[in-house]
Amino acid sequence: MSVIYILLAISIIVAIGFFIAFIVAVRHGQFDDSYTPSVRMLFEDEIVKTKTNKTILTKKE
Amino acid sequence: MSDSACFHCGLDASNSNITADDKSFCCHGCKTVYEIFSANDLTCYYDLQQAPGATPNKLVGKYHFLDNTKIVEKLLEFNNDTTQIVTLYIPHVHCSSCIWILENLNKLNPSIGASFVNFGKKTVRVTYNSEIYSLKQLVELLASIGYEPFISLDDYNVGKTHIDRSLIYKLGVAGFAFGNIMFLSFPEYFQVQGFWIETYAPLFRWLMFFFSLPVVFYSGQDYFISAYKGLRAHILNIDVPIALGITVLFIRSSAEIILNLGTGFFDSLTGLIFFLLLGKFFQQKTYKFLSFERDYKSYFPIGITKISSEGKETSIQVYDIKKGDRLLIRNEELIPVDCILIKGKAHIDYSFVTGESKAVSKQSGDKLFAGGKQMHGILEVDVLKTVEQSYLTQLWSNDVFKNNKELEFTNITNSISKRFTVTILLIAFIATTYWLFIDSSKALNVFTAVLIIACPCAIALSAPFTFGNILRILGKKKFYLKNAQVIEQLAKINTIIFDKTGTITNNETDEIHYDGSKLSEAEEILLKSTLRGSNHPLSRSLYHLLDQHNILSLDTYEEHLGKGIEAQYKTQNIKIGSASYVGYSTEPANLNTTVHISADSAYKGKFTFYNKYRTGLSQLFNQLKKEYDLVILSGDNAGEKDNLAKLLPTKTKLLFNQKPEDKLEYIKHHQNEGAQVLMIGDGLNDAGALAQSDVGIAISENVNVFSPACDAILDASKFNQLYNYIKVSKSAIKIIKWSFVLSFIYNIIGLYFAVTGQLAPVVAAILMPLSSISIVAFTTITTNILGKKVD
Repeated sequence: MSVIYILLAISIIVAIGFFIAFIVAVRHGQFDDSYTPSVRMLFEDEIVKTKTNKTILTKKE
Repeated sequence: MSDSACFHCGLDASNSNITADDKSFCCHGCKTVYEIFSANDLTCYYDLQQAPGATPNKLVGKYHFLDNTKIVEKLLEFNNDTTQIVTLYIPHVHCSSCIWILENLNKLNPSIGASFVNFGKKTVRVTYNSEIYSLKQLVELLASIGYEPFISLDDYNVGKTHIDRSLIYKLGVAGFAFGNIMFLSFPEYFQVQGFWIETYAPLFRWLMFFFSLPVVFYSGQDYFISAYKGLRAHILNIDVPIALGITVLFIRSSAEIILNLGTGFFDSLTGLIFFLLLGKFFQQKTYKFLSFERDYKSYFPIGITKISSEGKETSIQVYDIKKGDRLLIRNEELIPVDCILIKGKAHIDYSFVTGESKAVSKQSGDKLFAGGKQMHGILEVDVLKTVEQSYLTQLWSNDVFKNNKELEFTNITNSISKRFTVTILLIAFIATTYWLFIDSSKALNVFTAVLIIACPCAIALSAPFTFGNILRILGKKKFYLKNAQVIEQLAKINTIIFDKTGTITNNETDEIHYDGSKLSEAEEILLKSTLRGSNHPLSRSLYHLLDQHNILSLDTYEEHLGKGIEAQYKTQNIKIGSASYVGYSTEPANLNTTVHISADSAYKGKFTFYNKYRTGLSQLFNQLKKEYDLVILSGDNAGEKDNLAKLLPTKTKLLFNQKPEDKLEYIKHHQNEGAQVLMIGDGLNDAGALAQSDVGIAISENVNVFSPACDAILDASKFNQLYNYIKVSKSAIKIIKWSFVLSFIYNIIGLYFAVTGQLAPVVAAILMPLSSISIVAFTTITTNILGKKVD
């Protein structure tokens, strides 16, 4: 019994692990939209302000 | 930002005098949207992009059909007691500001839970609390901020469609196996003998075998299916030699392993399939947001208001309309069926149908056709025909829409592969026979080697990569092609047929000439002030033509639909409208659109509206006339004939008063005489002609919204570039031919090794990927050079 069997087994298990990750990612729609997430991550988190009592309707022309 | 541009939408705002927070706006709509955003701390919208907005449309009652729970049910993606999820298509989505505002919808209304934008498809997926909020409210909220969703019959049931991701799975499987097999075959490339290799080679080989199984039987299945279909139809398409190559590669490699003869060609096998799928993926990944397969369903509303005999109004589905029903058509609503006008003054814009932008007036008792849009006020109509039987929808049931252009057309790859397959089989048999006599042990080896090396992966790759790249480049220049085949067909055409209105004319502006006695300044001011109040398209064009004057507040103002307008200011009186209306009876027969003016009961003169042709029209026709037969097929009357004759080359044929079927027949007739026809049109009336022609291009001012079924969509602003685009397609064919030559050279080198019986796995491993990659590099570089030449 050589160590090569263990190494091969490990490498293939790792490879299959990545492959499963890929399948899961496709299934969850990771590759459906390749543009929006790249923009979305650039939006800054805004400072949470205390809600004023203004609504759409309070300000009229 | 300059003072003269609207802060919200970027349009000219210099004359509007509408301001808020020291920012100018072009209209109250834009200002309102700005105020909504600023009241909800959403002004970040304007930081991301300058003037990203769109002017919201006024809509009253347009979305009443969303009160019908049956219709809403069909649109929803998910629905339980408290939560509903819907995906809406929003054509206006165009920049990062749009993504930001649409993903912050919950700040505008707390009932909205989450919203998620898919930029590529221009959709937003919204989750909301259905107990306190409704789809109708959501749609109205979106419309009020300028992001009006586009809901049509096409969306019916769309919530349940599933996304086809099989190609990406196949590509993943092939890539995964290819990478692993490459590593596993590495030792044997460099060491053929030795203790280590002899001990472990069988293990490595069997691993490769198992990795290749899913690639051959899952990833490669499309090639087998396509080859089988081709053979059954007696066509030798490109997939036949590919399937043959894959089969031979797999069988020989497996045999070598099982009989312990050698390592096989598993790396080449999986690599080949991987690259082929990559080419396919490249070709498929074009523009998802454009739709080329539109029929009337994309234009028609889902719901309509029915008036029962007791006068009760209910929303019903368009498919449920029956003959004899009484319907209510609201302002800006599309008429879904052929019907008779009962009540109300109709002002129908048939631009979806005919391309003609001027509204037509109809009286009670007149017939109205499906596809018209009511422009002013409310109508009551009686239904004559159901949706399926209406004139416009009948056009779609024409056989033209049923036959598939793709099946009839043998593309360049298939025509070459036919000869190729025959040649390869010949070479294989001759070489095998030769070796049978010389060294019969090598004969089978040679036979399989020829089939393996000759597998036309480079040929199969060159077309998808070239066309994929060309599609991408032309798409950037705003010329969107449906698929690669259109490029090939475009390169072959010899006749070009244009529709007139909306295609070679500019829909948005008219050229206006005035004949008659000069108007005094007081009269001009009065005219302008009067036109200001009218929503008629002619009034709008005329209003914009006149210089800026002081606006008077009129004493009386009266609009007579279908006739004209009348207004009074102090002692002055003005009438604007048709000849008979203003009291001018001696009008000679005139085909042009005119507006007559009389002031203080005296006839003054008339404004004549001429079509304004697209810029560069003459130049384009002069470029095209050298190589193509040019025809103009217009559905309009001959009023513009003289004008057109002056503009266009003398050889151009001009045909007027063509009905949709006439256009279709005209094209069919010429095709039977051997013409390869390119049809360029815009309205739904061209749909039949576009489908019949070899290549149908739809011209569109807004590529996201309206374009009939076609092979390509051309942005109106790029109309004058048409000649260059046709030239590009011709060059693309040349590039493919050159890459074929290149891959033939590889094949000849490979065949030398194969025929002489020296094809070792290393040779195959080097030659096959090398040929594929160099072809891809060649086509990518040359098409990019080509793309740089066009503007």
